[in-house]
Amino acid sequence: MAGRQLLMNFPVTANSHTLAEYRARGGYTAIAKALREMKPQQITQEVVAAGLQGRGGASFPTGRKWQVVVPGDGQPHYLIANADEGEPGTFKDRWILENAPHLLVEGMLLTAYALDARHCFIYIRGEFDLPYRRIAGAVEEAYAARWLGEQIAGSGFSCDLIVYRGAGAYVAGEASGLISSLEGKKGYPRNRPPRLTVRGLYQRPTVVNNVESLANVTGIIRDGAAAFRAVGTEKSPGTRLISVSGHVNRPGVYEVELGFPWRRFIDEDCGGVLGGRAIKAVVPGGISSKVLTGAEIALLALSHEALWDVNSTLGSGGMIVIAEGTCMVHLLQIMLRFYHHESCGQCTPCRHGTGWMHRIVDRIVAGEGRPEDIERLYYVAKYNDGTTICGLGDAAGFAAAGILDKFRDEFEYCIEHKRSRYEGRIECLRS
Amino acid sequence: MKSLLKEFEALRARFPAGFESSLVLPCLRRIQEERGYVADGDIEELAAFLGVPAIQVEEVLSFYTQFRRRPVGRWHLQVCRNVSCSMRGAEGLVGHLERRLGVAPGATTPDGRFTLSTVECLGSCGTAPALMLNDRYVENLTPESVDALLQELD
Ligand SMILES: Cc1cc2nc3c(=O)[nH]c(=O)nc-3n(C[C@H](O)[C@H](O)[C@H](O)COP(=O)(O)O)c2cc1C
Ligand code: SF4
Ligand code: FES
Repeated sequence: MAGRQLLMNFPVTANSHTLAEYRARGGYTAIAKALREMKPQQITQEVVAAGLQGRGGASFPTGRKWQVVVPGDGQPHYLIANADEGEPGTFKDRWILENAPHLLVEGMLLTAYALDARHCFIYIRGEFDLPYRRIAGAVEEAYAARWLGEQIAGSGFSCDLIVYRGAGAYVAGEASGLISSLEGKKGYPRNRPPRLTVRGLYQRPTVVNNVESLANVTGIIRDGAAAFRAVGTEKSPGTRLISVSGHVNRPGVYEVELGFPWRRFIDEDCGGVLGGRAIKAVVPGGISSKVLTGAEIALLALSHEALWDVNSTLGSGGMIVIAEGTCMVHLLQIMLRFYHHESCGQCTPCRHGTGWMHRIVDRIVAGEGRPEDIERLYYVAKYNDGTTICGLGDAAGFAAAGILDKFRDEFEYCIEHKRSRYEGRIECLRS
Repeated sequence: MKSLLKEFEALRARFPAGFESSLVLPCLRRIQEERGYVADGDIEELAAFLGVPAIQVEEVLSFYTQFRRRPVGRWHLQVCRNVSCSMRGAEGLVGHLERRLGVAPGATTPDGRFTLSTVECLGSCGTAPALMLNDRYVENLTPESVDALLQELD
């Protein structure tokens, strides 16, 4: 086990997703206590003190985001759990939705109380079936037991929670695109400022947090900020759910205490690389985070600060392990096809840039690359950085520049010899 | 759509006042579940019912990949071909399915039984390769397990 656990430290059984089981394990005591003993501001203070960082991608401090919203300022506030989980390589929110949905519901109740939000939403990606049925079931159970609805636990606090299903669009996972989508429109991201905490859903102050961020709130209020801070590192308190996929023997969702040695996690918890091969590269946190080489991660810890030091990020916690012998040119081709497909087209650099980069790498893979193509990829990637409405444009540039920086020789080889050094191979199957 | 109006009213009652526009996605989903796709007539009817512009409904239909304006086969196989699935054999699997079904991605078999599609990451990368069979996920695929699956489907 990769250090101490805060979310996965209860056995998953056939009924662990039910209200009865959750109650038997002490569920809904945190909200009961908060409603009895705490003011909304104290909840926010506790989360600020805990130093919880967002688990959706940007690692923004959760409590600080909430502080922008002023309870009792006379206007409606909204809370949205981002369960869109679309970042390739990421499938950890699904674990919470399927196995511990009440942990999310309770975390949302605490957050809604802190924010003075009467209405909350869970925006869940449209493809998810079992996760949807589990969370929708949990919400129904919570209503029946009066943990949702009017005057919860005899207090003056009332709260409604609606599960809203997306319909297939990666960009609708971006917080403002999500809000457009929840307003029943195309999932177009919006220019900021104004921040969503000032003008969000239907122009009202809105907090969008990732599922895992909100699930952590329950433990922070139940056990206190100090207990949360006692786990992890100074700059990265707590744990992260890491979804591991690619060329490892035991892919899956793991809870990792922040600061845990990376290599040990892959070798021991994930059972090492398929066929005992060496690690060529690792995508640390979803394909929008910059790829690292096997040598780079050898001595690294899994923490936000360690990743920032090497110019990457833990992002969404979607870790893809890539074995020696894999063609990075083909891998980048798949990533760029994805960004090109998912670009919503509002911003010129993203709309054209993703397509342009995709076409260049397509032709390199087809053996028709030109010597100037590498510099051209860099050029397009750079013009995507910071010139677009949302992070998708930047991410496409990061993915391209990140792989080129570290595996340039493979692209040069492919252009010069008109074929991949690894024959385009990216597969590594279970033996 | 008429048969769903009661259900849509109930849905409207769950949302805060002034959220009619938000009902576009959930209503379209239910219409598609009933008919298999969204027809031209549904657009006007839904727009009138919710009091939103018809163009908004059309935009939503074309923006999201899950909405369909045409019927698909009885069994819709949507194979993920993003990074993690491709690293575990998805590309070979798509080729295998093309040969078995005799259609390319995007097409339906002449008997109307199967539609083959490719999609981006399904959030199932740890059990790659994965596909969606209608609403259900089927994971840890191999050519053999795909053959067995096709055998089961009528
Ligand atoms: C293109 C794009 C897609 C995103 N998809 C998701 C997603 O699926 N789930 C998620 O939680 N955050 C996603 N994000 C990040 C959100 O914009 C937002 O930062 C996050 O939900 C905030 O939650 P947190 O502060 O708790 O991390 C995405 C961002 C971008 C730019
Ligand atoms: S960066 Fe790309 S995806 Fe984001 S708003 Fe602009 S065009 Fe759309
Ligand atoms: S890459 Fe196929 S499910 Fe994520």
